[in-house]
Amino acid sequence: ADLRGPTSRQPVRRTAQAPARTPGPGRGGGGGGGGGDGMRGLAVFISDIRNCKSKEAEIKRINKELANIRSKFKGDKALDGYSKKKYVCKLLFIFLLGHDIDFGHMEAVNLLSSNRYTEKQIGYLFISVLVNSNSELIRLINNAIKNDLASRNPTFMGLALHCIANVGSREMAEAFAGEIPKILVAGDTMDSVKQSAALCLLRLYRTSPDLVPMGDWTSRVVHLLNDQHLGVVTAATSLITTLAQKNPEEFKTSVSLAVSRLSRIVTSASTDLQDYTYYFVPAPWLSVKLLRLLQCYPPPEDPAVRGRLTECLETILNKAQEPPKSKKVQHSNAKNAVLFEAISLIIHHDSEPNLLVRACNQLGQFLQHRETNLRYLALESMCTLASSEFSHEAVKTHIETVINALKTERDVSVRQRAVDLLYAMCDRSNAQQIVAEMLNYLETADYSIREEIVLKVAILAEKYAVDYTWYVDTILNLIRIAGDYVSEEVWYRVIQIVINRDDVQGYAAKTVFEALQAPACHENLVKVGGYILGEFGNLIAGDPRSSPLIQFNLLHSKFHLCSVPTRALLLSTYIKFVNLFPEIKTTIQDVLRSDSQLKNADVELQQRAVEYLRLSTIASTDILATVLEEMPPFPERESSILAKLKKKKGPGTVTDLEEIKKERSSDMNGSAEPTSVNSTPSPSADLLGLGAAPLTNSAPPPSSSGSLLVDVFSDSASAVAPLAPGSDDNFARFVCKNNGVLFENQLLQIGLKSEFRQNLGRMFIFYGNKTSTQFLNFTPTQFLCLNLQTKPVDPTVDGGAQVQQVVNIECVSDFMEAPILNIQFRYGGTFQNLSVKLPITLNKFFQPTEMSSQDFFQRWKQLSNPKQEVQNIFKAKHPMDAEITKAKIIGFGSALLEEVDPNPANFVGAGIIHTKTTQIGCLLRLEPNLQAQMYRLTLRTSKEAVSQRLCELLSEQF
Amino acid sequence: MINAILVFNNHGKPRLVRFYQHLAEEVQQQIIRETFHLVLKRDDHICNFLECGSLFGGSDYKLIYRHYATLYFVFCVDSSESELGILDLIQVFVETLDKCFENVCELDLIFHMDKVHHILQEVVIGGMVLETNMNEIVAQVEAQSKLEKAEGGLSAAPSRAVSAVKNINLPEIPRNINIGDINIKVPNLSQFM
Repeated sequence: ADLRGPTSRQPVRRTAQAPARTPGPGRGGGGGGGGGDGMRGLAVFISDIRNCKSKEAEIKRINKELANIRSKFKGDKALDGYSKKKYVCKLLFIFLLGHDIDFGHMEAVNLLSSNRYTEKQIGYLFISVLVNSNSELIRLINNAIKNDLASRNPTFMGLALHCIANVGSREMAEAFAGEIPKILVAGDTMDSVKQSAALCLLRLYRTSPDLVPMGDWTSRVVHLLNDQHLGVVTAATSLITTLAQKNPEEFKTSVSLAVSRLSRIVTSASTDLQDYTYYFVPAPWLSVKLLRLLQCYPPPEDPAVRGRLTECLETILNKAQEPPKSKKVQHSNAKNAVLFEAISLIIHHDSEPNLLVRACNQLGQFLQHRETNLRYLALESMCTLASSEFSHEAVKTHIETVINALKTERDVSVRQRAVDLLYAMCDRSNAQQIVAEMLNYLETADYSIREEIVLKVAILAEKYAVDYTWYVDTILNLIRIAGDYVSEEVWYRVIQIVINRDDVQGYAAKTVFEALQAPACHENLVKVGGYILGEFGNLIAGDPRSSPLIQFNLLHSKFHLCSVPTRALLLSTYIKFVNLFPEIKTTIQDVLRSDSQLKNADVELQQRAVEYLRLSTIASTDILATVLEEMPPFPERESSILAKLKKKKGPGTVTDLEEIKKERSSDMNGSAEPTSVNSTPSPSADLLGLGAAPLTNSAPPPSSSGSLLVDVFSDSASAVAPLAPGSDDNFARFVCKNNGVLFENQLLQIGLKSEFRQNLGRMFIFYGNKTSTQFLNFTPTQFLCLNLQTKPVDPTVDGGAQVQQVVNIECVSDFMEAPILNIQFRYGGTFQNLSVKLPITLNKFFQPTEMSSQDFFQRWKQLSNPKQEVQNIFKAKHPMDAEITKAKIIGFGSALLEEVDPNPANFVGAGIIHTKTTQIGCLLRLEPNLQAQMYRLTLRTSKEAVSQRLCELLSEQF
Repeated sequence: MINAILVFNNHGKPRLVRFYQHLAEEVQQQIIRETFHLVLKRDDHICNFLECGSLFGGSDYKLIYRHYATLYFVFCVDSSESELGILDLIQVFVETLDKCFENVCELDLIFHMDKVHHILQEVVIGGMVLETNMNEIVAQVEAQSKLEKAEGGLSAAPSRAVSAVKNINLPEIPRNINIGDINIKVPNLSQFM
């Protein structure tokens, strides 16, 4: 109830960080009087909302207002500009409160078409804030913009340009991308309009680069870097930076101009640039932009330009050492913004050892600065500096400071940067120290960054291990400290390395044995311990403290606390023990024979127990030794942990992600997963014919026989299985419909339900287990050619159960190939791998378009270029029923246009294919010939590939 | 590029919301909420930058914010922007507001949302920085006010009168709102949560 409560009346400018400044003289009479016609109705409405005691009351009041505005807009009485403006303002306020506004656009368009400034202004604002992709509306808006751009009234031109820059839609690019460069370089354009035009063009180039053609104007834009008005120069620099990234040749001349401009700013006295001096720093924003522009290019070749740039950079570094001209944080911010950008440029050029070392020293100073922001930025910049050969050593000298930051910084963002930097500065000389510090930090690290630290430690330990005992210790420490954050990749990797390196095997066995003595140890340790003792337990069995029986008892004491996969792994260890230590064979057989194993409810465990027991009973020692031989070395490959870190740290490019996916899946299924490569015989292998060749993971890959059963021992088990038979027919059925059964065999049924709107779609995939047995490790993977997002499904599918997976689809651009759905799972003891095509076809992104006969033929004629038309004449595969044909065309997604074709027997359709980047209008005509039982299908679109694909898809339907 | 500019008060109530990237209304609301939670739990003396995870669908984005008395000014930017530069830009924006509103406070942002937008428009358009020179920005805003006044003086008066008359019949209007003055004295103005 107190107006002076914690809300509202405090002056905004008092920062929470800085002490309050002296309160101003109080509010002057009409300070916030806004447009002078402060809208009473609006103020009343806002006060009402503020008086609402509850969310419900607020919503009620808002709904009342929305109804009121709606009726006013719909009413017969024409509203005057003022009322429209008031209502549009109210709508904006309601939108700010988090309510969707789905009307008022038309009124806003009316306002922005008005000749009165205040109405125009609010109309443009509404459209900029609440853009609507309604194309009819965009046409009207574009008309108004066109008028304003032609008005030669700089204020109106400014409003129009701001609107284009804010909306930046493709339609606007189509309409104005040709016009704006002219405005930008015209001699008589006002400075403020030039500024807006430059940014406007930049926005259009970002959203629709194909519509902004380079041309004569480009060289004139470069010369804007010499403009008198610094605001124009700043806007032009932003534009040129973006253009130069894509067309470096075209804008090469900007380098020398930028250097000379920068030099004039940097060497000027702070008073020279008057208004553009910000807290005693000359034109900081422009300096930053120019330094960014220079980062698009290598160091200048012309020695004079190069010398001048070096001089600039030195001056900037020198200024950092001068006493500050003001104590205000704004002064230091502006100065350091330039300094950090200069350092980025120095690092980018990576060519002047002198400057690099100076940059490094400067950053070193910042590492200890009292401003947290500067410490943060210094850590971040140093990360990139660490990878330069000239400065790597210099960066390393700051190791103590960085370690200290890790221990003492209060802010997790800063600590995160410190971890990054330690990782970047790590090499053979300091790896042990850095890894030790990271492990230390891990004990108390924020949960949000633990997994990343684990990955980093694992990578560094492997990369810089001279002594592999250190590596093994480090990984076991990782598991001890942060077992939950140690992903499969990490513990697979330690096993791979131990198996591949003879010199560390004995040590590894001893160490895991000791670690397992702890009363409570992480399950990941049990996995690593089980695997390593199963392979190398014999190396420590000579010591009576770790005799075979003690090893076995130790492992078995953990057995009952572990999850099913770990228990399965331990069972494999036991059978390996039977081979390694014949003296405890009967003990192990007793365990295997117990009801809890032989009659285990889990089919995988039960099967292992039965088979291992049988194997140990009937096979001779020789055969056992062959079957249960030590694992052969793993093929060397890039660490899968590195891949995981890359994935975690950023989206990267699509190809990167693909690679990582491939790598991950091959690692998981191919080699490191003990249960699939170790010694689980497939039930399809003849258990009793054990005289056959040893089963190892080096068996040749299976020929692609199309069989659903893929050899479990094969390295390429994760390779995509060939398409399941019959799936092509099913695929074709989905071209004109969205729901149904996609695939079915004795085990599995896959059903689909999908919906598409414009360039987006959602598909529900239902996987039904038709058997009475669980599917394990159930992994459906979509191989993309579209932008697909899926949520992982539960790896276990119970007998008779159905699981559902949702796939979100985005059509980025037109495409030919359908995505492949690959499904792998374990049924009983067998590994199943099958692939089907997912019926996501280009036509799913159709929006039907109704049009008149005249329109249709006019457009048809416009698309008469031979490349735009694709025709196919083919024989009917189904009875030629007109009604079914109509249904299929509608199902295909286009509109079926009646009474368009002069021949009533023909069918014509029209629609628009929506992709993220573009929309493609499509016209089609199908002419049946009943006598010949033939069809002629003609597709016309603006894109050859699209015509081709749609024609292929549709031809299959009749 | 600047992807979004969000201003909210200490209770998370949005006071200015501007997205420069097309996002559905629900997504915008979620971003506002999450941003508020991210920023709120940080105390005032730690750093002004934080990574916002996948809030905007990529790891390239950072939140750069300043906390003034009752308001948080948060800019979400990609890696092409200078962090300290954006921090200064926030200051320029706030100082400009302060000049245009003479000692700006949260109420100004609420009751003059349109004007705040118009001022912002002189600083940032389409996620790109248009002008950083405060005098230039203020001059533009003043030129706008002049235009508004010129129009208001000539022809807005009748329509204002009409709407005032219309409003007479609306019972819910508190009588003591003095619109000409920004010091709105409504006794029961509750704290706006």
